[in-house]
Amino acid sequence: MSDAQPRPLRALGGARRTPGFGDPAGIVPATGSAAWLTALISAAMAFLAVFALAMSLSSNQLAQRWSDTLSQSATLRISAPPSELDAQTRAVLEILRTTPGVQSTRVMDEDEQRRLLEPWFGPDLPIETLALPRLIEIAEDPGGFDSVGLRMRLATEAPGAVLDDHTRWRRPLVQAASSLRVLAWFAVALIAVMVGAMITLAAGFSLAANAQVIRVLRLVGARDLFIARVFTRRFTLRAFLGAAAGTLLGIGAFAVLPVAGEAGFFTGLGFQGAGWLTPLIIPPVAALIGWAATRAAAMRVLKRET
Amino acid sequence: MIRLANVSHDYGGRGLLKGIDLHIAPGAFHFLTGPSGAGKSTLLKLCYGELRPSDGEVELFGQPLAGLSRDALADTRRRIGVIHQDCQFLDHLSLAENVALPFVATGRPVPEADLRELLAWVGLAGQAESLPPTLSGGERQRAALARAVIMSPEVVLADEPTGNVDPEMSQRLLSLLVELNRMGTAVMIATHDLPLIRSAKAMVSARVLRIVDQNLQAAGSDL
Repeated sequence: MSDAQPRPLRALGGARRTPGFGDPAGIVPATGSAAWLTALISAAMAFLAVFALAMSLSSNQLAQRWSDTLSQSATLRISAPPSELDAQTRAVLEILRTTPGVQSTRVMDEDEQRRLLEPWFGPDLPIETLALPRLIEIAEDPGGFDSVGLRMRLATEAPGAVLDDHTRWRRPLVQAASSLRVLAWFAVALIAVMVGAMITLAAGFSLAANAQVIRVLRLVGARDLFIARVFTRRFTLRAFLGAAAGTLLGIGAFAVLPVAGEAGFFTGLGFQGAGWLTPLIIPPVAALIGWAATRAAAMRVLKRET
Repeated sequence: MIRLANVSHDYGGRGLLKGIDLHIAPGAFHFLTGPSGAGKSTLLKLCYGELRPSDGEVELFGQPLAGLSRDALADTRRRIGVIHQDCQFLDHLSLAENVALPFVATGRPVPEADLRELLAWVGLAGQAESLPPTLSGGERQRAALARAVIMSPEVVLADEPTGNVDPEMSQRLLSLLVELNRMGTAVMIATHDLPLIRSAKAMVSARVLRIVDQNLQAAGSDL
């Protein structure tokens, strides 16, 4: 080292920033299983959290879609002897035409009925030989119609007609979707608790393994908060980076996940539009959990010391 | 600065120190001697608050140790430089980082010029980037001295600082401690190195205390 022009001390950020100065977290040795374990746990939990979030968002959309679709339509079924079927159909259509709240009606033809029955009876069903009821699809105005009044009119003027306003289908479907949403949020909360618990364990392990670091820091006059910060910075960073990796993996998995067609049950499972941004909340939340868990563990350990 | 009044300390149910009275005044130079296991290290630990007395009262800079909060005790330790026999370094940090650790712990930037000057004072300017395990015993002890004084403490407590070094290095360390004392820092050295004590008395007005039968006595003229 020349007195005339001293080489910058590497330790002070000269040739290479070394631990203990630029980043107090470097006071703790970089090696140790607790650090990578934290990153690994965060990555795995973030990956699962992406799926739980997707489930929550999708169930929300699903509930809305089922509710909207089924609440804006009704089906009318006419069961009558073949000789009376056309007459009753005309009577029903007339009733519907004069019913306030009915936007449009459509009588299903044989081909449509065949397609409806095909999943159960196969494609070669001789539908013309079966005494099938006639089905009329009703589209409602946004305000809907008076189903009680309509049923009373049908009972007197077309006794073979039965109105199905989908209420009995809609309610359990919406309830199921809502339950799914609650379960998904419960899973997210459970994952957060698990991350906290695992990082607390890892931090406790690290604190025990670095008892000498803590002792030396205390001897040179470091306050508890400083010592805790030495550990929290490291674990917060690991939790954030691990969660970021897990989140990206999860998003990537959804991006390549095959979804069913427009009419499929799973249509909309995953993220749509701005929903793709939702998982980005996971890494900061994981970092926050990591910070809180490590700080609590560190303060608990330090308070036991003199 | 540091006052112990009727202090006792039990270790593992056994009385180690009993009824100790001690006052380290500003600018004082004390030697603490006694056989191995007599309680020299324990007494030093009581002086900087690493141990709490079983009985009696320890006062650090006018504040009772028992009444100090954890933060206040940490702040008080910055006014006391401690040199341990085993140096208490963090082996993964460089010598410069270890020496500057008390500064880093305060959250303040380390003044590089002061650090260089301090390392030069203890003769370690060329080893700043070395890791502690690569240093000799004497170099480690001098580095421990540098770390003990980097915060300009009012008192330096040294626990067997010459325990692992040759006589020549012992004299060099003693010279540094005497120089420090002449600048106004109180010094207390726990040692059983009698030649070191004798040579120190030729350089500085030192009081020699001996732990005998769990108590503290002024040493006789043999020292």
